[in-house]
Amino acid sequence: MKNQLKLSMRSLSDNVSVARLVAATVAAEANLTLHEVDEIKVAVSEAVSNAVIHGYEGREDGIVEFAIDIYEDRIVYVVSDCGKGIADVEAAREPAYSSDPERMGLGFAFMESFMDELAVTSAPGEGTIVRMTKRLPKQSG
Amino acid sequence: MKVETKLYKGVLLTQVEGEFDMHVAATFKEAVDEYIGRDAKDLVVDLEGVPFIDSSGIGALLGRYRRIEHLGGKMLLVGACAAVEKILRLSGVLQVMELCGDEQQALARL
Repeated sequence: MKNQLKLSMRSLSDNVSVARLVAATVAAEANLTLHEVDEIKVAVSEAVSNAVIHGYEGREDGIVEFAIDIYEDRIVYVVSDCGKGIADVEAAREPAYSSDPERMGLGFAFMESFMDELAVTSAPGEGTIVRMTKRLPKQSG
Repeated sequence: MKVETKLYKGVLLTQVEGEFDMHVAATFKEAVDEYIGRDAKDLVVDLEGVPFIDSSGIGALLGRYRRIEHLGGKMLLVGACAAVEKILRLSGVLQVMELCGDEQQALARL
């Protein structure tokens, strides 16, 4: 591993933009294109918003952990919460699924399409871990 | 981050400034819902000051669209940058809402 960052945040909607900013800065440093940086921002925004909205159901005293592991060939973004968890992860990842009619179930669809790999680990009462990987272009020279 | 609203002949003109995530979505819903079905029938949302949108922003737009459609009104979007337009397209928003170049063009479509 080349570098590692960890951010521990209260489950406040204000903190979603902080996570995005950190994610985008790391992605830009790794020479990803502006377009890819934009995609990473969306994916991270979805994961952190899910933790705040669904994990903690709007409770503001939860903790959302955001870790970024930077390797030679990839960046791994991990968002975890200790909230209520997801009973059926497979169903939650279906594009039309949403427990909130205003969010359209697009969150996981965006994470899936904008990242190279997406892994979700969750169980009721045990929180959720979302692990998203973006592969880096091979260094020239 | 700010959401500004202005009433013009039964149309609610809304300007959103900032990254349209769950934080801004909450402000947007509050600002707009006060007028829909009461003072305004149609809604124009100016996204020129929005460099970023995620599914919370999309959900806020689609939620207002459903209410307006139900009330027989029209909802149009104005001035989205390329990154925002891509998300609007991917999420199907542009299948139900027209994206106009500017406010005047939007008002002419109503």
